[in-house]
Amino acid sequence: MTVLAIAEHRRGELRDVSFELATAGRDLADATDGDLHLAVIGGAVEAFVDRLDREGVDVIHTIDEGEEFNHDVYVQAVEALYDEVEPDTLLMPNSVNGLDYAPAVANRLSLPLVTDAIDIEHDGGLAVTREKYGWPPAEGTDDTEVRAFDADIDESAVRSAVTGFQEVGGGDVDISEAEVLVSVGRGIEDEENIALIEALAETLDATLSSSRPIVDNGWLPKNRQVGQSGKQVTPEVYIAIGISGAVQHVAGMKGAETIVAINTDSNAPIYDLADYGIVDDLFEVVPALIEEFGGEPPEV
Amino acid sequence: MVAGGQFRPMKILIAVTEVAEVEDDFEIEGLGVAEQYLDYDLNEWDDYAIEEGVQLQEAGEDVEVVSVTIGPERSEETIRMGLAKGVDRAIRVWDDALEEREELGVETKADVLAAVVEDEAPDLVLTGVQSNDDAFGATGVALAEEIGFEWAAVVNTLDLDPGGSVASVHRELEGGVEELTDVELPAVLTIQTGINEPRYASLRGIRQAQSKEIAPKSLGDLGLDESVTESPITLTQLYEPETESDATVFEGSPDEEADQLADLLRETGVVEG
Repeated sequence: MTVLAIAEHRRGELRDVSFELATAGRDLADATDGDLHLAVIGGAVEAFVDRLDREGVDVIHTIDEGEEFNHDVYVQAVEALYDEVEPDTLLMPNSVNGLDYAPAVANRLSLPLVTDAIDIEHDGGLAVTREKYGWPPAEGTDDTEVRAFDADIDESAVRSAVTGFQEVGGGDVDISEAEVLVSVGRGIEDEENIALIEALAETLDATLSSSRPIVDNGWLPKNRQVGQSGKQVTPEVYIAIGISGAVQHVAGMKGAETIVAINTDSNAPIYDLADYGIVDDLFEVVPALIEEFGGEPPEV
Repeated sequence: MVAGGQFRPMKILIAVTEVAEVEDDFEIEGLGVAEQYLDYDLNEWDDYAIEEGVQLQEAGEDVEVVSVTIGPERSEETIRMGLAKGVDRAIRVWDDALEEREELGVETKADVLAAVVEDEAPDLVLTGVQSNDDAFGATGVALAEEIGFEWAAVVNTLDLDPGGSVASVHRELEGGVEELTDVELPAVLTIQTGINEPRYASLRGIRQAQSKEIAPKSLGDLGLDESVTESPITLTQLYEPETESDATVFEGSPDEEADQLADLLRETGVVEG
């Protein structure tokens, strides 16, 4: 089968999900001796082609249209490419921007859509399930065919415009630079209990971070959030306290050297990843840990 | 609100769904989780969408907020939560043909909601980014394309003068970056958690909700037929992923556990004391 995968970029950088798409697309094409086509829409197309030109890619289509992602442009461009390439399967990133155009593309082309795919098998149709990461190590080949494609974008159909970008606020703490992170999640139950985790971070001379619900509740500023929509962190030690370990959170901290989990639920997914764990009540363990290091646990 | 400001009437449609929450211990029966392990609640993302709509209503002078739900009679309980928080009236779409499906596809939901949009002619449609249970995250954008509205997905800041023609939004991208975008109305916005602080319904609101309208609609009422429920996607299996924990678990009393963890942290050399 012919597979068409759409690369993703943002603010001048190709995003890694592009390689994951290409890997998945190559596997799928291989199952049926088919071709893998990639498409780059907008941005620094030439530079992106250099990076995407690897063994296993048959054709790269470039559509030199605009700098940043715009879904009105993407929907038109993918539709036009679909008519040109006639692929059996379209692969788009399950990213915030992917989810901003893939459902519209599927609806316009009357194609079935599956989001959040973590495995795709060709079984006559497609059986979609589980996860695959990364790009097989390969040298750049330079022999991939690159085709500039004129998608004939109708500018009057572009009814939204990016006016800028901004980093989330909360002061100048950068949790991605921390050597030791003490991270708090939903298990802390109440805003006033955050003081307990703050005290631990202070005692250990560590930096305080959190999972999404804590930030959504306004208990900590956005720049403390670890995860897909927050920061990616790679500390020496990551202590997850009252964090269940949803995939969105794990995406942000799986690169930590040593992961410690403190959670009452021994089935919590955080334990699939943790090197060390304490399956007990954080309100008893954390004060004891603060005392171990000579600190004074606050009353909560 | 600007003193002496001119407001045009505005209608906001909020698509909300009831979601199933699964208890910690559960069993799978066929292609679903056995009914006794499920609790039903208002979708968390939609709660934020309701709050955003009600805040726009409070900021304007003539803003009507209507909710729409595709769901069985049971879902009226969660629909009333929205009515108690300030939604003016509700529409509930259900039909034997919908009931028969194991799960509804994106295109089915988009087609049904599109028919409701055609009836109601809103200026703005709000819905959650995704549902807690299916987590497909596609209905809002598919709906926008279907009805020819502009859209923005994963909105975590919304700036719109009631009656205005452009919504200025922030879209929450990955990695702590927000995209600032202007979106022409009419539009569909999918709302991210954290955009606001959803209110609790007041007792007065709960009382008032009892007398607000929940209009039932069948597919026929919307000018649709059974074919709208057809989907090229079939659910073939549901399974619980195996957990593969090889974590070293410290055991004993909390003091003993903390002691072992303290030793480990000292060994890493990054924690002193």
